[in-house]
Amino acid sequence: MITASPPVKETKNYLNHERGIKSWLLTGDHKRIAILYLISVTLFFALGGVFASLIRLELSTPAGDLLESNQYNKVFTMHGILMVFFFLIPSIPATLGNFLIPMMIGAKDLAFPKINLLSWYIYVVGGIFTLYVLLTGGVDTGWTFYTPFSTSYSNGYVIAAGLGIFINGFSSILTGLNFIVTIHRMRAPGLTWFRLPLFVWAHYATSAIMILGTPVVAVTLFLVVLERGFHIGFFDPAYGGDPVLFQHLFWFYSHPAVYIMILPSMGVISEVISTFSSKKPFGYTFIAFSSVAIAVFGFLVWGHHLFVAGQSIYAGLVFSILSYVVAIPSAIKVFNWAATMYKGKVRLETPMLYALGFIGLFTVGGLTGIFLSSLGMDVHLTDTYFVVAHFHYVMVGGALLGYLCGIHFWWPKIFGRMYSQVWSKVSAVLVFVGFNLTFFPQFLLGYMGMPRRYHVYPPEFQVFNVLSSAGASVLALGLILPAIYLTWSLKHGEIASENPWGATGLEWQTASPPIMENFEVTPVVTTEAYDYSTQQEVVHVG
Amino acid sequence: MTMEPKSFQLFPESASNFAPSVDGLYTYMVVVSAFFSLLVAFLIVYFAIKYRAKPGQGVPPPINDHSIGGMILEITWSVIPLGLSLVMFAWGASIMFHESRPPADALNIYVTGKRWMWKIQHMEGAREINELHVPVDQDIRLTMTSEDVIHDFYVPAFRTKADVLPGRYTTEWFRPTKVGDYHIFCAEYCGTKHSGMIGTVHVMTQPDYQTWLAHGSGEGSLSEQGESLFNQLGCGNCHVKDGHGRAPNLYGAYGTKVDLSDGSSVRIDESYIRESVLYPQAKIVAGYDRIMPTFKGLISDEGMLKLIEYIKSLGNANGANAPSRTLGSEQPDIQKSGTMAAPMSETKPAATEKKQ
Amino acid sequence: MASHAVSTTLRHHFASDEQQKDAATIGMWVFLVTEIMFFGGLFLAYFAYRQAYPAAFASASNKTNLWLGAANTTVLICSSLTMALAVHAASMGKKTLLVLFLIMTLLLGGAFLGVKAYEYHDKWVHHEIPGQHFECEGCEDAGHAPLFFSLYFAMTGLHATHMLIGFVILVILIVQAARGKFTEKWYTPIEMFGLYWHFVDIVWIFLFPLLYLIDRSHTGLK
Repeated sequence: MITASPPVKETKNYLNHERGIKSWLLTGDHKRIAILYLISVTLFFALGGVFASLIRLELSTPAGDLLESNQYNKVFTMHGILMVFFFLIPSIPATLGNFLIPMMIGAKDLAFPKINLLSWYIYVVGGIFTLYVLLTGGVDTGWTFYTPFSTSYSNGYVIAAGLGIFINGFSSILTGLNFIVTIHRMRAPGLTWFRLPLFVWAHYATSAIMILGTPVVAVTLFLVVLERGFHIGFFDPAYGGDPVLFQHLFWFYSHPAVYIMILPSMGVISEVISTFSSKKPFGYTFIAFSSVAIAVFGFLVWGHHLFVAGQSIYAGLVFSILSYVVAIPSAIKVFNWAATMYKGKVRLETPMLYALGFIGLFTVGGLTGIFLSSLGMDVHLTDTYFVVAHFHYVMVGGALLGYLCGIHFWWPKIFGRMYSQVWSKVSAVLVFVGFNLTFFPQFLLGYMGMPRRYHVYPPEFQVFNVLSSAGASVLALGLILPAIYLTWSLKHGEIASENPWGATGLEWQTASPPIMENFEVTPVVTTEAYDYSTQQEVVHVG
Repeated sequence: MTMEPKSFQLFPESASNFAPSVDGLYTYMVVVSAFFSLLVAFLIVYFAIKYRAKPGQGVPPPINDHSIGGMILEITWSVIPLGLSLVMFAWGASIMFHESRPPADALNIYVTGKRWMWKIQHMEGAREINELHVPVDQDIRLTMTSEDVIHDFYVPAFRTKADVLPGRYTTEWFRPTKVGDYHIFCAEYCGTKHSGMIGTVHVMTQPDYQTWLAHGSGEGSLSEQGESLFNQLGCGNCHVKDGHGRAPNLYGAYGTKVDLSDGSSVRIDESYIRESVLYPQAKIVAGYDRIMPTFKGLISDEGMLKLIEYIKSLGNANGANAPSRTLGSEQPDIQKSGTMAAPMSETKPAATEKKQ
Repeated sequence: MASHAVSTTLRHHFASDEQQKDAATIGMWVFLVTEIMFFGGLFLAYFAYRQAYPAAFASASNKTNLWLGAANTTVLICSSLTMALAVHAASMGKKTLLVLFLIMTLLLGGAFLGVKAYEYHDKWVHHEIPGQHFECEGCEDAGHAPLFFSLYFAMTGLHATHMLIGFVILVILIVQAARGKFTEKWYTPIEMFGLYWHFVDIVWIFLFPLLYLIDRSHTGLK
């Protein structure tokens, strides 16, 4: 399976068939665009991580000793904006999704390669706006841009930041559009909907949210920019407007956006659990439809962000019960993953470690979400560190771990090299432990009543904050490691075979790294997904 | 007292009528969540060990997930969590219902949020900043507004909070059950000194509270201050008592429902009074001309509270013509009938409704 | 999805002309769905505020110029007709007719934008632009009247931006059509642009009654 290291016979693949920076910047190949995205989201993630470190450093002591209030506010705002809009939302869809969807469905490319490249450029332009904000002094509104603070009182660069996110939104929309059309029309002969890998189902649901939700937040931020820039009133009561309308419009997108982040991760986990159990996912149809259900119900729960915002209690009741309903499909997925391992052939390779970590953290994230769906509980917990901990369990424990899991799983396919198994397992454990140390204390802080976005805090909250900061350093170490050993593997890793993990998807049936246009001959699908009976025994060097 | 920094605790002080029920719900949720988290953790760890791949082992046979057994499992693990979470929903909703219905005889206190301080205004005239003195075992209703951005009045020891919005009034109520000092936090991000927008609730015994009140402001009660502002702004020139003025009579108007010129109707509450002063043309009472000028920019948020309190003191839908319930030293413990302090939604329009 | 005879317009990653055409059509419809959501946010804001401040909206809406709005509606409906005829001409492979109808669409679109610009200018002259110098003579509930104009400018402005983008694309299509790029076998860009143009037209069909007409029912035509 794994042959000796270089010198390698140069086979033509997507990485080397053309050379030079121009061949990358003008490429129409979905795999190359995925690499462009991989590089850019990693940069933004690193930047967001720097801000996270600053936050944790500042909060090690109750007093505001490292940063001034204004600086602190800008730091957590930039952390949020960079992580949410420039890392989490594009992370899996634009990199792994872009790379894998055409391969998984046996297509040569996405339906609209030029639009795909365009969406990367739009992402970059949006990113430049955000970097401009960063360099000129930042923005202090929080990533939520609540009015009238953002439109009339903030002393940051709200307009540039808003435009950056507005522009970036079109990148999401175009990616989602491309996926939907591709999944509808580009499937290989014989590949029916219920033969699709669950990763594709998850991306289909994600794309639906992208195209339906993103335009709404785009137009909302457009209105914020108008109000801020030209004093054309929409939301500020001083102009006769209603600030709560902003919250409705904002969360109509931004709650489903959470599912943009988590659904693709769930897709990754479904693939990985199945592969490393050598077993068809238990309840394939349930997992597939639960993705769709999450996408649909995800659009009906935005009001649970407004329980204390003066919304009527009857609206609160509806949003509360719908929030419970949306939790059920997530529970279904978790139980199905566990059941997939039952009587399987479980191999604890690095991607599987990440996947198991994901299940644990996502379970906690999901369960604490139902605390916040409960009206009386939410009144106490909303806007405290409980919320911060909850959404980090979902977004970091869920989305980020899913991303790392996917990167480790498909790395041999993408670059044709294996990474260090030892270091990658060490890093998986460090991330899991560091993450829990960082964020579990924040649940306790939240119930104690520590509000979020506090620069200085009363001394009784210090113990848990110190614990959290200590955990963050472990987490940071766990995240720096992959950057090193993955980069190292690009040149020095062992050459990977076509299918090092013994997986079943179409993407594993072509060369690693794949050739241009993915397949020598368009594959014809004759069996259901995850048919491991055709796989021979896989021996892998661990 | 209770704000002595404690280095390690898991629950905040429990000092209001809501705290025990919120803590009870929390405990239930923690138990359910811990059970499921541990169950899932146990299952995946157990399966990972028990079914670890062994050399020479064949690929497990595919499982037909539409089998009866599969369906039963799927239904079981959908329905059980749904059932347990519906309990959480109902429990949480009942707490929220309780929280959103302040008792009719609650003691009213006005709160104005301003970056970055809390301005508190007691009915008897006493004013304080970032401190709130309240008597123990007494229902307290906060009527809150903001002068600038959205704030949120949060007292963790009372397990309750509510957003404080510019341009409208929101309410929050609680009954302190334990004498002591507790944190007030602003829980909605409001800019530079957001984390400095904090204060202290001092829950006092009734006698202590009376003593504290007696040292209050010498400017007279809130409604008295409102009356002088009312006269100063010349409101009485048109809003005359007999109802033959150019503007509606305000006596007995509070809490009633009036017909508007566009055919709809509105209940006269704090928000309507505020809107009518700032945007007089927005909702005109049927039968009157659009002659009232706007007082936007001429009256502060605190002035607005005084005017509202004065109008409330002119009587309400029940026909009573008495000032708001106060605990002031000069009016000890009176008017249980509950005049203005009745929640706006529940007072029935009475005979005084039409006043032309 | 067997391969048909390979045509020059078939891009490398599609298996057949049919698949390529389908992809374009679905893509365009999905794009229009996002456009609906994009305008949807504004429509929601409009309905929320109209419900809250009916008097302000009714009186402020009288400040719009009904006749210019009506004229523009006619212009736009005519342009939809010429666009539909252009698509038909393209499907018949009639190049001259195609170019002719596209030019007519362009002129009508230009006329619409001209009238819109005149209306904006008029608002500017009368200080009916929300902000510091806002004035609205005869507006009831002057505190909330600017909201109407905020929404008026946001909605018609966004619509006009779509018209402007359509205008630019039309110019490109006219040049391509004149050079004979489209045949009766392959005229997908014309067809897709037709969908876009009709969509922009339909948005106006909603904007016109909401901004110009609906509140005149109880304030009378002026």
